[in-house]
Amino acid sequence: MTLTSQIIQYLLSGLVMGGSYALIALGFTIIYNGTNIINLAQGEFVMFGSMMMVTLTKADGLNMGIFPAFLVAVAATGLLALVFERLAIHPLRNADPISVIIVTIAASILMRGAAMLFWGKDAFPLAHFSGDKPIDIYGATILPQSFWVIGITLVVVVALIFYYKFTLTGKAMLACAVNKTAARLMGINVESMLMLSFVMSGMLGATAGIIIAPITLARYDMGMMLGLKGFCACILGGLGSSGGAIVGGLMLGVLESLGSGLISSQYKDAIAFMILLMVLFLRPQGLLPLKEMMMGQSRS
Amino acid sequence: MKKRISLICSLAVIAAIMVSAAIVTHAAAKKEPYKIGAIFSVTGRAAPLGTPEKEAAEMFIEEINKTGGVNGHKIELIIEDDGSEEGRAVMAAKKLVQKDKVLAVIGPSTSGNTLAIVKTFEESKTPLVSCAASVKIIEPVQKWVFNTPQTDRLAISKILNYLESKKIKKIAFINDSNAYGAGGRAEIENLAPQRGIQIVAKETFGGEDTDMTAQLTHIKGTDAQAIICWGTNPGPAVIARNAKQLGIKIPLIQSHGVANAKFLEIAGDGANGVVLPAGRLIVASQLPASDKQKKVLLKFKKSFQAKYKKDVDTFGGHAYDALNIVLGALKKSGADKTKLRAAIESTKGYVGTGGIYTYSATNHNGLSPEAFVMVNVVNGDWKLMK
Repeated sequence: MTLTSQIIQYLLSGLVMGGSYALIALGFTIIYNGTNIINLAQGEFVMFGSMMMVTLTKADGLNMGIFPAFLVAVAATGLLALVFERLAIHPLRNADPISVIIVTIAASILMRGAAMLFWGKDAFPLAHFSGDKPIDIYGATILPQSFWVIGITLVVVVALIFYYKFTLTGKAMLACAVNKTAARLMGINVESMLMLSFVMSGMLGATAGIIIAPITLARYDMGMMLGLKGFCACILGGLGSSGGAIVGGLMLGVLESLGSGLISSQYKDAIAFMILLMVLFLRPQGLLPLKEMMMGQSRS
Repeated sequence: MKKRISLICSLAVIAAIMVSAAIVTHAAAKKEPYKIGAIFSVTGRAAPLGTPEKEAAEMFIEEINKTGGVNGHKIELIIEDDGSEEGRAVMAAKKLVQKDKVLAVIGPSTSGNTLAIVKTFEESKTPLVSCAASVKIIEPVQKWVFNTPQTDRLAISKILNYLESKKIKKIAFINDSNAYGAGGRAEIENLAPQRGIQIVAKETFGGEDTDMTAQLTHIKGTDAQAIICWGTNPGPAVIARNAKQLGIKIPLIQSHGVANAKFLEIAGDGANGVVLPAGRLIVASQLPASDKQKKVLLKFKKSFQAKYKKDVDTFGGHAYDALNIVLGALKKSGADKTKLRAAIESTKGYVGTGGIYTYSATNHNGLSPEAFVMVNVVNGDWKLMK
């Protein structure tokens, strides 16, 4: 295998993982913008989505087709996120953000434990959306599922941009992110916007889990690591910025893959976190910080 | 006269009460159960190891107690879950030794957790029979610590024999970054050069990593003739899937750590063609009738299947062997930890699920490379290699 095709392989593998990090990071961003809290249970939405998918598509379970199951799993995770917001976040609306963040940690442990009891401790394989015959690209190989990951990530990102720029609800949500009091004075129902942001972020997490699980396997404790990586992607890109979440996610994925391939797999996680530390030291606002994005939007 | 009779009567009653009380206490003393501790990773990352170990141990204790226990004593098995964490294993060990005052402990499930608690057992002079495989557990020999699984050194020796027979000279090694993976890596780095086999690539992966294509791509770029992967599920299953995805044609050799049905399930098509050294349990029915272990293995398999309605795996066997060895020694030694340790060390020719065990003062593992057979995966099932 030549070095060029090796590098192509690293880039492709990295982009695929990065795509799922980006979706998870977007989930963090939406909730952060709505509530100023970091929802550390975000990874559990990813896990719940893919585990639901396991139950829905298993031959000795409900045996549904992949696409109906996809929709049901995403909807179910949205519902879970809504219930989570109503039971755990809403009652604490006047509390410190830090207390709420701790509650989200508790919720993530609870969800993980419940998933372990329900689904067991083993990893589950998930069917690929369209076969698992690898495709050859200049000596590198890629699974068809990878195209689904990159494609669905793109579709979701475009849909989100459209939603924020051109729909009234989207603009109302952005308004809440900028200034909650002002938004309320303008007649925006802030509470339902918050509920909506949880549902959306749950659905995004589930989507990430479902598209990546055929490649990575689904397991009750997969959420913790993916959630952490998604959070890193957020910081890397600039907390609260959607563009930053996407760029951060893709960058993290690619750097991890290049780092473990070209430098040493022993330092794979170390490389990711070193870059994160460097960003925090040199550019603490992240690569594409929220403020600049907002200004960009007000100019346009 | 009447007075005298009543006096004799009351004396008789008192005597009767005293005698019966003495009998009761005596009987109670006789029935005092032997306490044995167990530490397994029932939850957390190593749960696929700890869960069958706990089940096999519980099944065995139930059988033993039904047939009257050991020397008339029932066995009380106190099981602690270490959650796959070293800190919790240490706490569990201290609780079992200090509070429950057990005679011996079996487990933990993982090498890391075992190494973390060795000191507790050496200091408290309590025998520990571990269910984890690392050579570091038994080398240098610790007076109070034994183990039952086939060690990574035996497995590596078996693999090197296989490589020699296939005339393979250059290998790539990829290991889990946990204690099990690091143990395998240390062994191969030590033993491969002695056999003239060169390691051309060394890679690692984290136990929770979900994509190993980067490491495998790097290996693909070298002139390795075989890949050896050292780890426990699900990492090695991901490697098997990724190797197939990348179209890697050289043989993939896994460790005995993946010799369970779950590996076949999650690796799917990727498992086909994988070669590994394994205990005889997974291919018990394919063994020739002359094999000494065949009878033990089939019986163990059958009773586990009957009780839990699922297939047993190698890990359950480790706990079963550990308990068998401890109870066999307990039969000879009685409730004395020092004598019990000596009795465990003098175990000879015990035919278990993992092999035939003969411990000695210098060998606290008791097995030889003969404990392994080479197995490959054909059409999603294990096949004994000739």
